[in-house]
Amino acid sequence: MSLVARHLEANGIATVMFGTAKDIVEHCGVARFVFLDFPLGNSCGRSFDADHQHQILELGMQLFENATAPRTTVHASSIWNDDDEWKRLIFTDDQPFLSGEALENWMTAKQRYRDNKAAGQR
Amino acid sequence: MDGPANSTALIQVATVEITKLGGAMSAPVRYIDRTRDYYLGQGYDKPYEWAHHDDAPFTPLTKPLSDSRVAIVSTSDIAVRKPDGDRDRDNEFAVGNVYSLPSDTPIDLLYSRQEHYDQHATTLDDVNAYYPVSRLGELVDRGRIGELAPRFHGVYTGYSKRKTAEIDAPEVLRRCIEDEVDVAVMTPV
Repeated sequence: MSLVARHLEANGIATVMFGTAKDIVEHCGVARFVFLDFPLGNSCGRSFDADHQHQILELGMQLFENATAPRTTVHASSIWNDDDEWKRLIFTDDQPFLSGEALENWMTAKQRYRDNKAAGQR
Repeated sequence: MDGPANSTALIQVATVEITKLGGAMSAPVRYIDRTRDYYLGQGYDKPYEWAHHDDAPFTPLTKPLSDSRVAIVSTSDIAVRKPDGDRDRDNEFAVGNVYSLPSDTPIDLLYSRQEHYDQHATTLDDVNAYYPVSRLGELVDRGRIGELAPRFHGVYTGYSKRKTAEIDAPEVLRRCIEDEVDVAVMTPV
């Protein structure tokens, strides 16, 4: 996603990224980034909470208007809930990120990529 | 400074209070470290190399937001549901990993097929939490943004950074230029 944002930005289209994985987006580097410290899947706010979604969206609109240089990050201060169990558990052996059909689909996609790469069709 | 596109990597971090905090904010999840350790533990010996750049291109707004045409670009695997529950691909116009949907698709018909989200902590039941089509429509009604582009764009995430950079990103750009998009809202899941 960040690579696509960079390409648009390099070609005259202003972008703002809404994301929940701060390190991944900032590792790649984008022009404007609204970071929301929520689980993967809630990049634009709390589910079924239009007011909160508008608050998050407005941070992005203000970034469009106020950012003067790339790699500008705004950190929304909302917290997902009072305990951080979801942060502790994600991508741990106690709680595998993918399971069942989702895991099988991911393995299939990964193997397809490897096969294509081996065949020189990355 | 030579110009916006050549700006050096300047990191500006602003913390904006938008809700009442229940307590101190804890550190964000370090996904790069966490996934590397996780998959090493699963027996994969070669960690995924995340895209990395020190600098970033930058395009300033050329007109007020209230006059701007806005598109969503998302990796949320957003799809249109047919009445029988199957996926409706008739209007997707897919090329490679890029496809588009009419931006006026009724929200009730949209759903996400994405599996790579935190399934233990949340759901993708509310499309607007990652594909803010209704909220952007309301911003048009309020005059905050000018209008919605006719199409919004989906990108399937892949493992190949080269393919993303050389095929998918130019395809998204082509479509945005075709639709005379001024600004794009990027929403990963």
